[in-house]
Amino acid sequence: MIVSGIDVGGKNIHGVIINNGDVLARANAAAGINKAKAIEGLYGELLDKAGLKREQVERVVATGSAGKRVAFADGVIPDAAADSRGINRLIPTARTIIDVGAEEGRAIKISPEGKVQDFAINEKCAAGTGTFVEAMARALEISVEEMAKISLESTKSISMNAQCAVFGESEVVSLIHAKTPKHDIARAVHDAIAGRIGSVARIVGLEKDIVMIGGMSLNTGFVESLKRELAMDVIVPEDPGYVGALGAAIAASTGTMEEEVEAKVIEKDDYQEG
Amino acid sequence: MAEEANKQEYWRWPESTWINPDIDWKKGKIITAGVDVGSVSSQAVIMVDGELFAYGNTRTGSDSPDSARKALSIAFGETDLKVEHIDYCIGTGYGRVNVPMAQRTITEIACHARGANFMYGPEVRTVMDMGGQDCKAINCDDRGKVLNFMMNDKCAAGTGRGMEVFADLISVPVWEIGSRSFEIEKEPPMISSTCVVFAKTEVVGLLEQGMPDNEIMAAYCSAMAHRIMELLNRLGVKEKFVITGGIAKNDGVVRRLEKELGISTAEKAWHKPEYSAYPFETQIAGALGAALFSYALLDRGKAKSVRKA
Repeated sequence: MIVSGIDVGGKNIHGVIINNGDVLARANAAAGINKAKAIEGLYGELLDKAGLKREQVERVVATGSAGKRVAFADGVIPDAAADSRGINRLIPTARTIIDVGAEEGRAIKISPEGKVQDFAINEKCAAGTGTFVEAMARALEISVEEMAKISLESTKSISMNAQCAVFGESEVVSLIHAKTPKHDIARAVHDAIAGRIGSVARIVGLEKDIVMIGGMSLNTGFVESLKRELAMDVIVPEDPGYVGALGAAIAASTGTMEEEVEAKVIEKDDYQEG
Repeated sequence: MAEEANKQEYWRWPESTWINPDIDWKKGKIITAGVDVGSVSSQAVIMVDGELFAYGNTRTGSDSPDSARKALSIAFGETDLKVEHIDYCIGTGYGRVNVPMAQRTITEIACHARGANFMYGPEVRTVMDMGGQDCKAINCDDRGKVLNFMMNDKCAAGTGRGMEVFADLISVPVWEIGSRSFEIEKEPPMISSTCVVFAKTEVVGLLEQGMPDNEIMAAYCSAMAHRIMELLNRLGVKEKFVITGGIAKNDGVVRRLEKELGISTAEKAWHKPEYSAYPFETQIAGALGAALFSYALLDRGKAKSVRKA
């Protein structure tokens, strides 16, 4: 059965066409300002690559923060459900998925069949997201890629006090004034985010194999910090950007759309009392 | 230098200083000082026999001891007063352990409550102080003694930095935001993101949609007021309710906070009638409390003067 999965995120769109589990084609494009147009363009590209006509695709399932924008989708599933099914196909031993993007950090506990069992998300605080890394890279006056690279050179563990991206920026500036080497600061930033992500992950429980996806999974420095924080190995699949689309396609082929799991949302209620 | 002068820094509020024209410090018996070194601003207050003599309010630099010295030096101003003339000095604030001229330190919670009691009067029961990187809600008794408190110092939302970041983003001087937030046709919904970083993205979206600047300011002030309200409600607000710190000067936040709480804040005016002509600088509350604690210690013989000149 030929089906398609389309994952529409804030910045990027990924799509796949599969036939009984074999990937026939995949493509990705920038979401841009006109998402509807970008989606159409991507789907056209997918069909071209697979050498198929629209009618030959039996079912289309969408996912992602803007999954509902896929006008021709037969259904939309939540990100967590798509991630779970996609990872389950790629890494069947996975039991915990950590997904950190630009604006949210989440952890998913999945069953051996690839269904969501538990789910926690931080979407209210920039400190546990890729945005924090971007802000700190700006403060260090280097690119994110550079920051990822040099953080691996650090052998020092500096603990950052700030748990906030805004305060963190001031702290980084202070560290620079104090002549702290940039690679140590870069690592300290990754360690700080790893700490926050670790807290989110522990809510669903750390069970191996732990898999990481999302934009931050491409930051090798961060992945190392996360491994240290969790004291466990973390697997990053190849082309993690396609996991959601693959999972949506699998949902399309099996017809299992979503399960009832209540998300545990992290609040920003960190008050000191006296 | 010319480049520095031209680059407008919207978050850089003006420094301030004042000297009491009615007091001659040379005729005073006990001269005490309070220095509050915060993460964003530093203040110094000088009291002569327990009366307000002078204050200085400046930006904290990268070095805490230097910031303490600077605050004190602008408080001294054109007078001949020097550190050597001070009988006792207490440091407070985030950088209190780095106040080189202090004989001891007291927490900013205690100092703000005491300072608010002096500034606003003994009816004060709840003080809200928003500093550069924190927000505190303090319940106190009629002598300005802390009963309990709640503080957020982890998240930029609801702190001075949150407002400064916003001022920079929309290119409006931070001290104009409050009044401009009322020059609108109708009150917009508040910015939905609690996080300052995410709120920035939201603001950019609103700017692109063509929302007028003043309305965006209203939406942001609204969101900040809401965040403060959550902290206050956790503690429980009792009247007389007063605000200290820089945010007290932002009517855009204060009025909206009053509306959300259903409680009015006290008028920004000195409790002591003889002070009515003096400027009411809400940012000095912490340093003022520290200077008062210094005076109380000496007056009751619980500490010795360190005066050298």
